[in-house]
Order: sequence, then C-alpha cells, then structure tokens
Amino acid sequence: MFGLNQKDTRLFLIVAAMTLLAPFILNPFPEGTAMAQMFNAGYPDLMQRFVIFGILVIGFNILFGLTGYLSFGHAAFLGVGSYAAVWMFKLVGMNVVPAILLSMVVAGLFALLIGYVSLRRSGIYFSILTLAFAQMSYNLAYSVLGNPASNFNLTNGETGLQLLLDDPRVLGESVTADGSIPVTNFFGIAMRDSFNLEIGGWLFTFNAGYYLAGIIMLISFYISIRIFRSPFGMMLRAVKSNQQRMNYTGLSSRPYTLAAFVISGIYAGLAGGLLSSMDPLAGAERMHWTASGEIVIMAILGGVGTLIGPILGAGFNEYFKNILSKINDEVLHQWLSFMPDGLENAFVGVLHFFVGKGWHLSLGLLFMMVIIFLPGGLVEGGQRLARLFRRRRPSDDDSQKSAQSTPAE
Amino acid sequence: MGILEVKNVNKRFGGLQALGDVNLSVAENTVHAIIGPNGAGKSTLLNCLIGKLIPDTGSVLFDGESVLGRKPFEICQMGISRVFQTPEIFGELSVLENMMIPIFAKRDGAFRMQALSSTAGERDVLEQAEHMLESLNMADKRHMHSAAMSRGDKRRLEIGMCLSQNPRLLLLDEPTAGMARADTNNTIDLLKQIKDERDITIAIIEHDMHVVFSLAERITVLAQGSPLVEDTPEKIKGHPKVREAYLGETA
Amino acid sequence: MDAILLQILNGLDKGSAYALIALGLTLIFGTLGVVNFAHGALFMIGAFCAVTLQRILTLSTITIDETQKDFLGNPLKVKTPYVESWFGPETGAAIIDWSVPLAILFAIPVMLLIGYVMERGLIKHFYKRPHADQILVTFGLAIVLQEIIKAFYGANPIPTGAPAAFRGSFDFGSMFGFDPNTIIYPYWRMVYFAFAAVIIGGVFAFLRYTTFGMVVRAGMADRETVELLGINIDRRFTIMFGVAAAVAGLAGVMYAPINSPNYHMGMDFLVLSFVVVVVGGMGSLPGAVLAGFLLGILEAFASMNEIKAIFPGIDQIIIYLVAIIIILTRPRGLMGRPGVMEE
Repeated sequence: MFGLNQKDTRLFLIVAAMTLLAPFILNPFPEGTAMAQMFNAGYPDLMQRFVIFGILVIGFNILFGLTGYLSFGHAAFLGVGSYAAVWMFKLVGMNVVPAILLSMVVAGLFALLIGYVSLRRSGIYFSILTLAFAQMSYNLAYSVLGNPASNFNLTNGETGLQLLLDDPRVLGESVTADGSIPVTNFFGIAMRDSFNLEIGGWLFTFNAGYYLAGIIMLISFYISIRIFRSPFGMMLRAVKSNQQRMNYTGLSSRPYTLAAFVISGIYAGLAGGLLSSMDPLAGAERMHWTASGEIVIMAILGGVGTLIGPILGAGFNEYFKNILSKINDEVLHQWLSFMPDGLENAFVGVLHFFVGKGWHLSLGLLFMMVIIFLPGGLVEGGQRLARLFRRRRPSDDDSQKSAQSTPAE
Repeated sequence: MGILEVKNVNKRFGGLQALGDVNLSVAENTVHAIIGPNGAGKSTLLNCLIGKLIPDTGSVLFDGESVLGRKPFEICQMGISRVFQTPEIFGELSVLENMMIPIFAKRDGAFRMQALSSTAGERDVLEQAEHMLESLNMADKRHMHSAAMSRGDKRRLEIGMCLSQNPRLLLLDEPTAGMARADTNNTIDLLKQIKDERDITIAIIEHDMHVVFSLAERITVLAQGSPLVEDTPEKIKGHPKVREAYLGETA
Repeated sequence: MDAILLQILNGLDKGSAYALIALGLTLIFGTLGVVNFAHGALFMIGAFCAVTLQRILTLSTITIDETQKDFLGNPLKVKTPYVESWFGPETGAAIIDWSVPLAILFAIPVMLLIGYVMERGLIKHFYKRPHADQILVTFGLAIVLQEIIKAFYGANPIPTGAPAAFRGSFDFGSMFGFDPNTIIYPYWRMVYFAFAAVIIGGVFAFLRYTTFGMVVRAGMADRETVELLGINIDRRFTIMFGVAAAVAGLAGVMYAPINSPNYHMGMDFLVLSFVVVVVGGMGSLPGAVLAGFLLGILEAFASMNEIKAIFPGIDQIIIYLVAIIIILTRPRGLMGRPGVMEE
C-alpha cells in the first residue's frame, strides 16, 4: 500500500492508529483519580510535544541513523524554524501553513550552509564543527541579533520573540475585536481548540493542534520510510558502512551526506515551526547545545537507524520527563507507606534525588545505561525480549537460524 | 600504446626516493603483475595510479587521459576499478545490497537523488545484481550480512562488485594477502575465469609468487623504487637480476 | 597601547582555564584515543572541591554566650569553627581564609581517584567502540555528574573567596610608566595565570624528563611497538587519565574565586575547550596550550568597546568563527600531527 511493502505498511498503519487514537490511549485512567494525575498523558500540550519531537528525531535519524554522522548542533535548526514561524505570525498572518512552510525553507537553507562547511570533515571533527556552529547560532540569537534597542532585532534576545498587538499581520488582523492578539489557526480552526468527550469517569481531549501536528508527523514518518527503502537511503547506509569503497565505486559521498543533512534540517525546521504554531513564542534556549544533546538522547533511547525508534524515543523521553517531574516526596511516601517507617524514610531520601526536579539525573543515568548495555535502544530491547520468548518455544527457532540481515525496521 | 601508461614517475618522501623514474606500460587485455621485495615501492606506485598520491614528476595516463589530480570516484568512472588488500565491502549491508550499489553507480553516476522510489522496484538493477551473484556462486548468500562472511567470500564479493561495473582496468592490491590456501586458490580460479570470459585488463600487485605465476602474462619487477626488468613469467623465473633483488645474491 | 596590554592580561586568565582543560582533553585523547565530553564536568567538580573544603573548614560548634544578647534579648549563639577552636582563633581564621589554595591539596587525591574510577569503571569498555559512542557515553556521564552536584549544592552559584591577601587589584600600568589606574588587574587572576603556567610546565616536564613520561609519549606515538617491548602501557594510560582529571580539577579549584562555582560551569567551558583542542590540533599538547591562550586573548580583544562598535556582538562568536576557519583551512589545526583522526 502507498508504495510500501507489507511489513512497512503494517508498521505505518499501527503508528497511524496510535497517533489518531492517542487521546484514548494516553488517558487510560478515569479523570480525577490519583493514577490519572500521575500517569495520564492525554492532555494537548504533552501530546503535541510527543509528535513534534517525533518529527524532529525522525529527521535526525535520517542523518545519524543512516549516514552515521553525529550532529551535535541540530537544535539550531529547530530554533531557526521557530523564529521563522513567529516572524510569519507577526508580519503576515496567523495561519500556520505559510509559517510552517517558511520554517522549513529557512531551516533547509541554514542546514545547507552549515552542512556545506561541516561535511568537509567527518567523524569527531564533524561533531565538533556542528557543535561550534550551533553554539554560535545560540549566541547570535541570544544576544547579537536580539538586542531590543537596535533596529535589527531578529530574535528579541533573552525574552524571546513574541507576538505583539502592533504587529502588522498584513494578511490578517493585528488585533481581534476584543482587543487581544489573534490566535494561530489552520484556515480558521484555532490550534488551541479542543473537543472534550466524557465517557463515564473518563475525559478525552481532542485538540486541533495535536491532530494537525500528528498528521504532519505521519506524513513525515511515511516519507522517512520511503527514504529508508529507496536507493538514496541505501547509498546513505553505504556512506556509514564504508566511504572508501563508496568512492572507489564511482560515487561521491559528499552530495549524499549533504542531502541527508539538509533533509534532516528541514525536518527540524518543521518541528520548530510546529512548536511556534502551538505556542507562538520562540526563545534562544531552544538552540542551546544541550538541547541538541537531548535530540541525540531521544534518538539513542529509541534506537538509531530504525524506523520506529525515533518516535518511541521522543515519546518515551517526554513521557518519562513528565512523570518523573510530577513525583515528589509526598507521592513517594504514599507509594512506600507499606514499609516500616525508618526504611520508608531511607528509601524516600534516596529516591528524592531521582524524581521531581531531579529527573535530569534519572534521564542521564538511563541514557548511559542504554548506551552501555543496549546500544540499539528500545527497539533492540524489544527485539531481545521477542527473542527471549521465541527461545521458550524452540519449535519456531529452526526456520530463523540462517544469519539473515534484516534491514532496519 | 598500452591502456595504462606510466611515464617518468618520481616520488620522494623527504629524503627517501620512493619511486625513481618509473616507466610502465600495461597492454590492453593482459594480466600484468607488478612484483618486488618489501619497500620496492609497489604501494606507492599503486597509490599514484588511483589518485591517492600525486607524483612529483611524470604522468599517469589511462587510455590517453591523465588520472593525476582526479578524485577516486572520477577515476572509477573512467573505467578503473580497485580491489583492496583487505576486502573493502559494505559490511553493514546485505550481500545483495552490496552488489546493487555499484550497478546503481554505473547507471546513475556519482550522485542521484532517488529518495522516494523504492529499491525493491528497481527490477533491472536487482536482476543484474542477482545475475552477478549467481555467476559468483553466491546467490544463496544474498541476504547474508556481508560482514559475517569468510575472508575469501568477501574478496569474491568485492571482485564481483568491481566487475559489475564492466571496468576496463582492474587493479588488485595483494588480493590473497592473509588468506587461507583454499581461499587463495578460489580467488586465483575466479580471476582466471574472469580473464577468459571478459575483455579486461588486470594489473595485480602481489607478493605471493604462486598467485603471480598462475595468472600473469607480463611481469614487472620493481626494486628500490625503479623497474628492474619487465618480461614474460618464464623469462622472469630464472632472471639473475630478479634473484639478486630478492635474495641479495651478487650475480 | 595600554588598552592592548590590558586586553592581553584580561585574556590570560580565561586563556589559562581553556589551556588547562584543553591540555587534559588532549592528554586523554592522545593516550587513550577517547573523546571525553565529561571533561568539563571534571573542571566543575574541581571548583566544587574548593566549595566543599570551605564548608568543611567552616564547620562550627555553636556555643551560647550568656554575656551577650541578640536583638530579641536571648543569649547570643556564637558559631566557632572547629579549626578555630583547635588551632586558636588567628591560625584558624587564616586557614579558613586560605581555603581555596588549601583545596588544591584536597582536590589532587579526589580528582585522581575520580579519574581512575571513571577510566576503569566506564571509559575502558569504550576503547573498541565507535567515537560516536564514546562521545555519547561521556556526554551522559557529564549530565549525571552535573546533576549530582546540583542535587547536593543547589542550582545557585556559590561565592568562594580568594584569600584576603589576594583580593585587591594590582596597578600594572604604573609599573610600566602608564597613567595610574589605567591597567589594573586583580591579584587572583595573576595567581591563576602563574598557577596555570606551573601546572602546564609540570605536565610537560613530567612527560619529558621522567621515564614514566617518556614511555607514555612513546605510547602516544606508537602504541603497538611499546606494547611489544613488554611494557604495560594500559596501566600508564590509566594513570594519565587520572592526571588529566587532576589537571582539570585543579583548574577548577583555582577558578572558583574568579567565577562562583555553579553546576553547569563545566558544560559552559566544555564546548569552548573542544574548540580549543581542535584549533590547537587534535592530539598536540603544545597546540592545546597555545590555542587556549590565543583564543582567550582573542576573546578579550573582541570584547573591547572599540571593536564591538564596529562589529556588534563579535565577542560572542569570534572563537567559533576562528575555529571554523581554522578547521576548514588547516584541518590538522595549528600544531596537529598528521594521521590523527583523519578520514
């Protein structure tokens, strides 16, 4: 279907179903219960982040997963995309389509520039070059191009770029009838519009912004599958595997890597544009190099070089962060109340460092564990579990014995 | 006039004269071996042929055109394929994919953006690749991870990848180095078969005399950076100068 | 003229920090071939060694002085640091005052130990893995280390003073015949520069004049041959990792009075230190030192008002610009050896 083979079609349909039904899946607990407060993730803001970061990491994976070039500066494209979209809202109008398109174009051009220079080197030098470029972009956005006093205030520095009442918005209105800033919309459907469905004790929220971003993510995912299965994708894997052989086969690796770099830059710009569409505010902190590091973390958590890995990684990272930061000492005491008091306090004292504001620590540890023990991320974890199950049923084993190279899924 | 003409090539590394006035002509459709003791300059010469090194003076012409200063992929597109000392294949890709890449490269040139078409839909390329694998007796390994194969099979695949582009000149750099006897013999048989079946020039740099004398039609002996003799294998065998170069005997 | 001299001086202290961190990074890269993203965290931990020692030294007993009353009329609680009660008030106060220099003694064993544990416990397992994995795991470690520090010391910078004797500034200008008060330079920054020079000199001397250092240098140049000679190069490289950690840590200890330690200072320095290493030439120790000072001074010059008037904000990006130009035009950096990390 859609030019995909059976296996990929099945994968795509599963992802599509999960994306469209996410408001149900992510809210398994009835509204108002303690479990819901802790584990439900079906509210618009978080769901939007799932899919938007999914897009970002899908794009990153086309570069890192296929070619092996580790960019430590991808957040720069996300940031550039966000700024471009906000400018579109300020100057042209509040429809998100032109804003998102501009984000992609600007980020793509920016990636072309940075990629053209950085890709002259490979390996660790490439990583450091992208890091240097990204940090330079951050500094530019944070202070140089963002001085509110100067005429050329592109980013509005520390405060971040935001919408104002006196923005021109030539194709729309500067101010709404009731005197406020208009909201972002998709041909009239406001991004923040939601429809609430109550069934019994459950509350499900269907948010317009989420569905727009979700559908764009599905398109992005579909394109990434096509790229993975195309001759171009095969060439990118050849770059990762053996550039020497590639060059002596009459292929020039540079245009391939540059194309992959620009594509992943466009994906990042798209994600940036979507972030601004959901919340029209762009700040420099989105471009800081630790934000680039987080993109890498998400990709690794999910499984680099696999199709589904980026989506899993982005979703897992956001969900994990969300839950951990909600757990505080009080919650811990509740959970551990079955223990004798002394033990309970000791446990809470230790766990305290890993939850709430300490979620960074847990994430860092988890990330290290994955790199050390599970370099293939969640996808590899899943495969290992599956293999474990299969070993329990030895009859299935014989047919699978030949060492087949299964292309990344 | 040979298909590959090396004229007056000199290369110095600091104080070391690695190549001194090398003249070499490889005739079309022959197997030409370049042998010589360690340090004779074989690798330096090879690197000059494939664009990795640029000689200080002299010229290297392939079919009348200079190869100097060209990038590896351009040299390959001129019709020169190279087999490395340790087999260079795409280890993370399957055998079939390994075979498809050179066929794509031959068809599409150095770069073509086909990001949305499906590899599985490229019937022609698939067929050619399958066909090539069959002629190498590797059809049963087509879905294998190529890094998991034996060294002999990797070498076989690498040679097949080069051949799939129908090169006019095949350069082999010690193709049997580090191989078991059986693998070496298989490789020799494969090269013999290629020589018989195709119009192709093969230049081979080799240490192993068994390989050289089973294949070569012409042999050039390099010593201390310069060609010592060039002749047929029969004449080279008993040549006093060659013995001197290898064994250090004074004639 | 005086402005130029001042900027060179201003560049020296930051340049010293860059040079020290880059030196350690290069030692690790040159010996073990590992790209250590956690090196900035070691610098940060060094700075927190100074904080920790200061806290330990000011641990106090609380006594109630009935003769004095506080403003509520309650008996005044008097804090007496243990050191003061042990060594007498004057010596004790002096010890507390000198806590930052004293922290050097405290930091050396701590940093050597941390370096040793890090290498044996983690890095060792990554020698055979791709560089990307090394970058990633050390990046993860950097996050973990900085979050641990944040958990114990909080997110705010902790002021850590230099000894009173070094708190003022030195009028450099009047010494050389310039107008008084045109070139003034804080004493502690001079100390920092001198300290950095001593450490750098020490590391070079250690590598140059000791048998141990000779073996390490030989191993950096040609590991296999040294191993064939029956020398256990691994163990020596592990020790060099500890030394590199100690260098970063000491750079951090002495930096504490210049910039109040905070948990993310390591990350802030890390990116620039990498840039320094690349500009200097991957694997070249003199290159790292040279590039550290050069970039530090360059940054100071770029932040002059005269320059900023022409190129606004140039001070924020100058180092990156220079680095990008150097990597593209001189891929081996200023003093890189051929064959290190090339394609």
